[in-house]
Amino acid sequence: MAPPRAVRPRLSGAASPGAPHAAAIDAFAHRHRLRGYEAAPWLAALAAYFLFPGYLPLVAQILATILFALSADLVLGYAGIVTLGQAAFFGAGAYTAGILAAHGWGEPITGLLAAAVAAAAIGFLSGLVILRSTGLALLMQTLVVAALLRETANKASAITGGDDGLQGMQVWPIFGRFEFGLFGRTAFFYCLAVLFLCWLALRRLVHSPFGRSLTGTRENVGRMHAIGAPVMRRRLTAYTISAAFAGISGALIAQTASFVGLDSLGLERSGTVLIMLIIGGVGRLYGAFIGVPLYMIAQDRFSSIDPVYWFFWIGLLMVLLVTFARGGILGLVDRLRSWGGGLR
Amino acid sequence: MPSALSAVFFIGFHGIAFAMVLYLISVGLSVTMGMMGFVNLAHGVFAMAGGYVMTRLMNQQGAPLPLALAAATVVVAVASLPIERVLYRRLYGGDELDQVLLTMGLVFMSGAAAQYLCGPLQQPLRLPPGLNGGVRLGFGEVPAYDALLIVCGAGLVTGLWLGIERSRFGAKIRAAVDNLRMAQSLGIDTSRLFSLTFALGSGLAALGGGLGASLITITPGYALDNLVYFLIVVAIGGLGNIRGPFLAALLVGIADSACKYWIPQFGAFFIYAMTMAILLWRPRGLFGRA
Repeated sequence: MAPPRAVRPRLSGAASPGAPHAAAIDAFAHRHRLRGYEAAPWLAALAAYFLFPGYLPLVAQILATILFALSADLVLGYAGIVTLGQAAFFGAGAYTAGILAAHGWGEPITGLLAAAVAAAAIGFLSGLVILRSTGLALLMQTLVVAALLRETANKASAITGGDDGLQGMQVWPIFGRFEFGLFGRTAFFYCLAVLFLCWLALRRLVHSPFGRSLTGTRENVGRMHAIGAPVMRRRLTAYTISAAFAGISGALIAQTASFVGLDSLGLERSGTVLIMLIIGGVGRLYGAFIGVPLYMIAQDRFSSIDPVYWFFWIGLLMVLLVTFARGGILGLVDRLRSWGGGLR
Repeated sequence: MPSALSAVFFIGFHGIAFAMVLYLISVGLSVTMGMMGFVNLAHGVFAMAGGYVMTRLMNQQGAPLPLALAAATVVVAVASLPIERVLYRRLYGGDELDQVLLTMGLVFMSGAAAQYLCGPLQQPLRLPPGLNGGVRLGFGEVPAYDALLIVCGAGLVTGLWLGIERSRFGAKIRAAVDNLRMAQSLGIDTSRLFSLTFALGSGLAALGGGLGASLITITPGYALDNLVYFLIVVAIGGLGNIRGPFLAALLVGIADSACKYWIPQFGAFFIYAMTMAILLWRPRGLFGRA
């Protein structure tokens, strides 16, 4: 589980003994305020639009995957549910949007909403059954839910296309005007806008009292039970919301690629999103913005340099990161900052 | 009726042979997860390495099967020692997510390395002539290699259980699983114990990977493709225990063999559903301690 993150007061400017405490309370009370650095990912995305016009499809993929990683961060980093089955909801959303678009309803935004509802329904129903468990049993059950869905999609080939994937998706232009073109401009802005709205919603959620009680269940379930918090209901709500966002992310990728394959429900997808999130840092809402681009750009670069053995280098990157930067990149940043603070 | 009976016999036989392989590979995982609390998703790598060493020795050097198997076991057990010391040790008692990242990194690296060294294709297993055919047994002819698997597996399992129950080393392992701090307080060198247990588990996995090369084919994707099966055996069997995984492996092996025979169109559906049901009924596995 992610370690508790204490709000670190700045000791240097403390005048009275009470001040550091007050500073901590102040920082905590204003935790929901937007800060300057929070603009950085959005500025970087816009910069990528102008600097790398040839890479827009990749950037759009990264943006959609960031949303997937954010959904995983809500269950893993905030609710403390270690899941290896997040792809269940990603795939459910992708197939919902894909099947709608292949059967004559290609309107993208209602497609996203339908995907969110379908994924949330699956999240709610499976969460109702599995969230009573903890530890390895819970991990295995999340994995099994995704595996069962994948087997179902594989067998229901009349609807899903089975092993060959779902083909023949016709995605209509957004608002009837902006068509998904070859250069991925529409896809880029579409993914960016959806990610931004979802990020705002998630940010609001984790800073709300609900978010605090989620953190509470992660840190100390016993105490949350003792103070009368409805732990199961909190976890189920978080799981359902997270499923909805994962579904939106799956639908985004399905709509921009006009294709859904069985791999969207696979263990590899659940695993890699977890890896990307851990690389960035878990339970911060910003790990996804660092880990996903890092992983996906590294994958793109390595696979163009070494098309056969690129995953060796990805693996090496992971081993080096965990050896030298525990707690992800943001964990490293935290440690550097507190180290710098200690010098002052 | 005889055909149905012989089908049951055949399924049981094949299932038990598969179970032996699953058990040999998974038992080390159960003990490392139970004793060191380490989520070792890379455990299949050791089984894969064992399979590669064995098939390469047999196919290229013409080594006999028993020698190649023994060499694979020893090579992998010894090679796992520095890996444990340098990479795993620093994460004991740490964050599970760091362990996931490390072990998945190792899975990726080993898969690419296997493909680089031995190519993307499955490694052929050339059995000595005596093991290629079948043997007549009870209701019909069964593959001779499966019979050998069951005999070897039964011998190894008995040896392992006796060793853990009767030997001083086994008693230390049980003590460390039961209560690590108490074991340390009694003066057991748990650091050394961890290394040896890890090497033992890796060696057994290599043995299982080598012996089972006919059932679980040796390809670069081995560690990732079969991870779910190993995890299911450990989760159903219960952590940190050596008997639970055996019964879990029997259950999974026979169920898998039966499903492939009777309802192949459902794939692994039944195994997943069974895992789900068992874990809902007993979250700590069939033999896990409360």
